[in-house]
Amino acid sequence: MADFYTDVVLEHFRNPRNSGELEHADAVGDVGNPVCGDLMRISMQINPETEVIEDIKFRTFGCGAAIATSSIITELVKGKKIEDALKVSNKDVIEALGGLPSVKIHCSVLAEEGIVAALKDYFDQHPEKTRPPYLEEKEKLLAAIEVHEH
Amino acid sequence: MIYLDHAATTPVAPEVFEAMAPYLQGEYGNPSSFYGLARRARGAVDEARERIAAYLGCAPRELVFTGCGTEADNLAIKGLAFAHADQGRHIITSAIEHHAVLHTCRSLEKYHGFEVTYLPVDRDGLVAVEQVAEAIRPDTLLVTVMHSNNEVGTIQPISEIGALCMERKVRLHTDAVQSLGKTPLKVDDLNVDMLTIAGHKFYAPKGVGALYMRRGVKLANLLDGGAQEFARRAGTENVAGIVGMAKAVELLETRGVEDNERITRLRDRLITGVLERIPQAQLTGHPTQRICNLASFCFHFIEGEGILLSLDFEDVCVSSGSACTSASLDPSHVLIAMGYPHEVAHGSIRMSLGRHNTEQEIDQVLDLLPPIVERLRSMSPLWADAKRKGEV
Repeated sequence: MADFYTDVVLEHFRNPRNSGELEHADAVGDVGNPVCGDLMRISMQINPETEVIEDIKFRTFGCGAAIATSSIITELVKGKKIEDALKVSNKDVIEALGGLPSVKIHCSVLAEEGIVAALKDYFDQHPEKTRPPYLEEKEKLLAAIEVHEH
Repeated sequence: MIYLDHAATTPVAPEVFEAMAPYLQGEYGNPSSFYGLARRARGAVDEARERIAAYLGCAPRELVFTGCGTEADNLAIKGLAFAHADQGRHIITSAIEHHAVLHTCRSLEKYHGFEVTYLPVDRDGLVAVEQVAEAIRPDTLLVTVMHSNNEVGTIQPISEIGALCMERKVRLHTDAVQSLGKTPLKVDDLNVDMLTIAGHKFYAPKGVGALYMRRGVKLANLLDGGAQEFARRAGTENVAGIVGMAKAVELLETRGVEDNERITRLRDRLITGVLERIPQAQLTGHPTQRICNLASFCFHFIEGEGILLSLDFEDVCVSSGSACTSASLDPSHVLIAMGYPHEVAHGSIRMSLGRHNTEQEIDQVLDLLPPIVERLRSMSPLWADAKRKGEV
């Protein structure tokens, strides 16, 4: 595990991708807690026919790692179908960033949670749609991690 | 590079380096040995002790050299607690101490059955003398309150606390690591029994500190072994470091007043500039009762580490009070004790000036900082929400 930020992390912190908030978002997820120093808001535009995440933006209050994990996860899920986006894990985030200091691993979990929270919001708004089988599973899993983290 | 982290450490002054050099090379004798080479090393340590003692207004024998400020704090607190454990088991400190004091007190609670009272502070970071008075019990051995705070710079009313402690016959220790060189420190004016200093905060090297202990104060040793330091701290003396620390004190005597006048002006320029140019920013710590070289701020709606990183890209060195830079994710215990909400405390930055900083450097930082804060805010959901609600 890296002791300091990798060049990829620093680059994403300097030039974050997809930063901002979608005005007409189909799904929004807020995760983290400013009291703990992290708050991430993911907004998505989802094609109702194809279930593809066509656009995604993030806003994050947090350290450099929190901003970098937010930025990279928007890149990892943009253009993916919902079920594929749900397969992106915090390990993928860490790998894509070339590693994270061990005290910052929770930032990668937060990014994964952000995607899940936004997608949960999407299916909450559309009860007529079939929820992907592992959406709930993932929520539970992440909730467990969160308890462990704090 | 613009270095604004002198509260973390300072460069070794060239004069200090020069004074030390012989004791790292030709004059390498062990002060405890017999022959001329050793006697010269011993002489250098004695001379250094006299100079620093004179600066603090104490007798040379009242000064014990240590490996760092942390060791001096440990020696003062544990040393006194262990030597007097049969007379009492209560210690009073403040909630905003450096971890060298705070964790030492915790360790005494956890492993040695002591009771510790952690005094609260007000919004400016001040300990109230009346609260010290109320906290003193018949079994209180020691009060330990820092002279100035390392995160926000607030100077405590130590001489008043000291007068109270003398009257109540309780020992007083103060960690003056951040204060030495920034404000006059005479142990008799401060009414302290023990006082900690660390060389690397005033242009001496890392690895050398000292504890002043008033004549009559009994401490249990932390390091047992040889009879160095009047048998109060075993271990071969860091001769070069001690000589360097004395030279650094000499420099404070010759140029300190002038340096501090200039540093104070620069610090005030920095504070005024930041508060004028950046909305939703606040100075933390006491507005006037603070050490002359330190300015600390909270920038609302963003996290301090982002500012730190962005300034690092521009080769500007500052510190974040937020512990996000360390292994702990908790915000500064100092700001929390001062009553700042967690999310605000996460946005703290400390800038500490030194003798080499220039007006041009301060102006450069004042130009760099606003766009950095603005960029991070543009990414913050808290800022977006506050704007939406019309709060900012």
